[in-house]
Amino acid sequence: MATATLSGGQIGRSLPRLEGRDKVTGRAEYTHLMQLPGMLHAKIFRSTVAHGRIKSVDTSAARKVPGVYAVYTSDDVLNVIAEPYYGPAFHDQPILAIGKVHFVGEPVAVVLASDPHVADQAAQQIVAEYEELPAVFDEVEAAENKTLVHAELKPAGTFADLKHLKGRKGTNIALDFGLRRGDVDKAFASAPHVFEHTFRTQKVLHLPLEPHASIADYRDDGVTIYSSAQGPSFVRTEIARLLGWPENRVRIKVPYLGGGYGGKLYIKLEALALAMSMLARRPVKIAHTMEEHFYTITKHPTTFRIKSGVDQDGRITARKCEVWWNGGAYADIGPRVTQKSGFTASGPYDIDNVSIDSYALYTNLTPAGALRGFGIPQLVWAYESHTDMIARALKRDPLEFRKQNLLRDGQPQATGTILKDTAIEKVLDRIAERLNWKRPFDRGKGAVRRGRGFAVALKAVISPTTSVAIVNVSADGSTTLYCGTVDMGQGSDTAMAQMVGEVLNMPAESVRVVPRDTDVTPYDMGTLGSRSLFHMGLAVRLAAEEARAKIGDLRRELGEPEGSNAPLADLFRKKYGMQAGNIVGTGIYKPDYIPPDANGLTTNVTPFWMVAGSGVEIEVDTETGHVRISRLINVADVGKPINPKIVETQLSGASLMQLGFSMFEKMHIDGGQVTNASLADYKIPGMHDVPPVMENEIVDTYQTNGPFGAKGVGELATFGLSPAIANAIDDAVGVRLTELPLTAEAVFRALRAKDNKPLGDE
Amino acid sequence: MSLAAITINFTLNGRLVSADVKSYHNVVEVLQTQFALFGARESCGQGLCGCCTVLVDGRPVSGCLHLAVFLDGAEVVTVEHLATAGLDPVQQAFIECGAFQCGYCTPGFVMMTKALIGQHPDPDDEQIRDYLSGNLCRCAAYPEIVNAVKMAARNSKAGPTG
Repeated sequence: MATATLSGGQIGRSLPRLEGRDKVTGRAEYTHLMQLPGMLHAKIFRSTVAHGRIKSVDTSAARKVPGVYAVYTSDDVLNVIAEPYYGPAFHDQPILAIGKVHFVGEPVAVVLASDPHVADQAAQQIVAEYEELPAVFDEVEAAENKTLVHAELKPAGTFADLKHLKGRKGTNIALDFGLRRGDVDKAFASAPHVFEHTFRTQKVLHLPLEPHASIADYRDDGVTIYSSAQGPSFVRTEIARLLGWPENRVRIKVPYLGGGYGGKLYIKLEALALAMSMLARRPVKIAHTMEEHFYTITKHPTTFRIKSGVDQDGRITARKCEVWWNGGAYADIGPRVTQKSGFTASGPYDIDNVSIDSYALYTNLTPAGALRGFGIPQLVWAYESHTDMIARALKRDPLEFRKQNLLRDGQPQATGTILKDTAIEKVLDRIAERLNWKRPFDRGKGAVRRGRGFAVALKAVISPTTSVAIVNVSADGSTTLYCGTVDMGQGSDTAMAQMVGEVLNMPAESVRVVPRDTDVTPYDMGTLGSRSLFHMGLAVRLAAEEARAKIGDLRRELGEPEGSNAPLADLFRKKYGMQAGNIVGTGIYKPDYIPPDANGLTTNVTPFWMVAGSGVEIEVDTETGHVRISRLINVADVGKPINPKIVETQLSGASLMQLGFSMFEKMHIDGGQVTNASLADYKIPGMHDVPPVMENEIVDTYQTNGPFGAKGVGELATFGLSPAIANAIDDAVGVRLTELPLTAEAVFRALRAKDNKPLGDE
Repeated sequence: MSLAAITINFTLNGRLVSADVKSYHNVVEVLQTQFALFGARESCGQGLCGCCTVLVDGRPVSGCLHLAVFLDGAEVVTVEHLATAGLDPVQQAFIECGAFQCGYCTPGFVMMTKALIGQHPDPDDEQIRDYLSGNLCRCAAYPEIVNAVKMAARNSKAGPTG
């Protein structure tokens, strides 16, 4: 059979994105820009206190504004949805606040109007009174359980390891993950060197340039929701649960996303839009302003206390990790971030004695979820800063010290899972080579000092998760792919089309990828955690292979000679007497997985490991504390890239995003109130923040169980950058920063403290 | 909200048009709701991200801050007008250089690049960075965008393609 060999020539092609033309002409579809006939616009009235009992919500003035269709509060929502709480891990988040508010910015009431200006103006007429309650904002304080965010925990039942938390009272801890390997206490007692440091990360957020948007069109026999969602299948399941309906009466349509980065996962505006459409019996659109993202979802701030014991030969013998995740007022996916990133909190090192405690905490802040790394960037920030500090304290070369302790393929990682297909040492070596690490380095002179630093990281992909794909060959031979992976800029439509083309021996450009629509695209767990290329990629390959096998069957059935290359259209015509019929292939992929035991240990924690690192050369102006990154290097193990150009853009883009989180991005919060909720006050990276030299390298590897040797890439270049910069600052001027962001002020304060001339607080 | 509408007449993408607008309507809103043009879109709402960039009398303006009433008598060009005879060299260059990921900011960058090349037919890196510093790309495809601008400048001398 001519198509039996993988000779499609589609893998490794730097094909421009299939949707490129729509994007450069302004015609690509995004939910935020969509309009339905008869649609009402919703504007949200939000809480002004961080924690309080709602005494009253006066909507009378708002209702009188000409043009207002309706004003709704949770009392109305409860009339149409009996249990209006949602969330992927806990059913803790109300559609509109019920009885209490738990953070500043929580939705309390909604105004609907045909004219969004009318809705906006009316929302400002609403007056709420609260009885303020004590609030807790810091994750370590929250762990003491003195001030409680919720009276009772309400796990969703989706995850087995959360079930024991059902009904638990008197705690802010939404999950505590523990891992015990060997005996850290004994190892610390006998270690000649013990180091302990505490690191913190700040509250930052995704800020996709397309803010969140959902449009719900509810009818008695079904509901259609158009949404900027990264996980249409999850949205469908959760909306069906809220309605008590079968899934097939719920349709979720997702066009392109104007960025996601983890911020558009699970339920965001979908449930609120649903409730509003049920009440109004009209299509309702909720489209956030940029400011409203600050009250919707953020990254987890963290505190990470890390302690290591090192023997006389420089081997790390023990590492104890305690991580507190500031999850905000509702759990969102925080408990999963806490556990899944907890697996690798001790880093890519071969350590016999490991203890990890990772706590998901409720606080009275905007909820936190996943942001491009699923918690890993916060952990790498700590363990790669810590590892560098140990090397420097022991007067060891940071490269050699790491190499001495590095995990290698065939060795068990902290969970006990054996490492496979991980190019950790290769990545480290390539960064060092590019930095000319072994050669002398110009350290600058006068006020400007130069330094360099690097970091390397390991991540276990979220497991176990399922993807399903359908490949449909039409009677003219043209081929359509149905898959639920959401293309939010990562180029998944293009990569998936390349895989179909590879199997079916046709140009990827000719493969149609159907936009996500749960009425036609089958189940996918979600576009998150760099899982799609691997999981959906394998499902797509299986679907295409099944279609190819059926084509082969048809050739044989029609008596085509072996090796015949007759066009597909001819086969259909011969079989059906006209241009008719289809060949449909389906593929399902779910990896094997063994849940961790009581000690957090498992021999199969992940279907593939993610490996990447970064290196930087920097200049520090000792008179101002200003840090300039003169060279930024990213090296990643992506397996075999399906589309090298898109992979490089992913690495470069992830790294520049992390540059913002490392150097300047920070939500400023005063008494629970965000004081910089706009792009005017919260700076994200722009043209001038791009380092003059950027290098992205894909090391030559092959993921043996991946689709065509590939694995995920979206998050990789976020991992190592923050500690690489902090390590370089230490290298340049001998000060160590342990809290992000690495602002000029922070560097300058550290320099003054080092000179025994510390600055005051203001 | 009950203010009377004002009738404005202007040239939109080469055609004379009129619209009834309220004093508080911005350019983006009028383009989207009255002319079904969605290439210019509001993101930050503060004139900082450039997603809403349109050309008014040849000058790039932030459509989220520019009030629609000021369009009266003006000549307005949006991203939709560039590809009337095949893709504009700027658009072609953005595709070839992979100068976007999610694409939400792309029309703004394309329009700003169009204005840049009009003013500086051979821009150097510094000019490109300065000119485009008012456009934000959260996917941070900035290195690719700089490459695309250079390619667009080279190819603009040759006319439309694709």
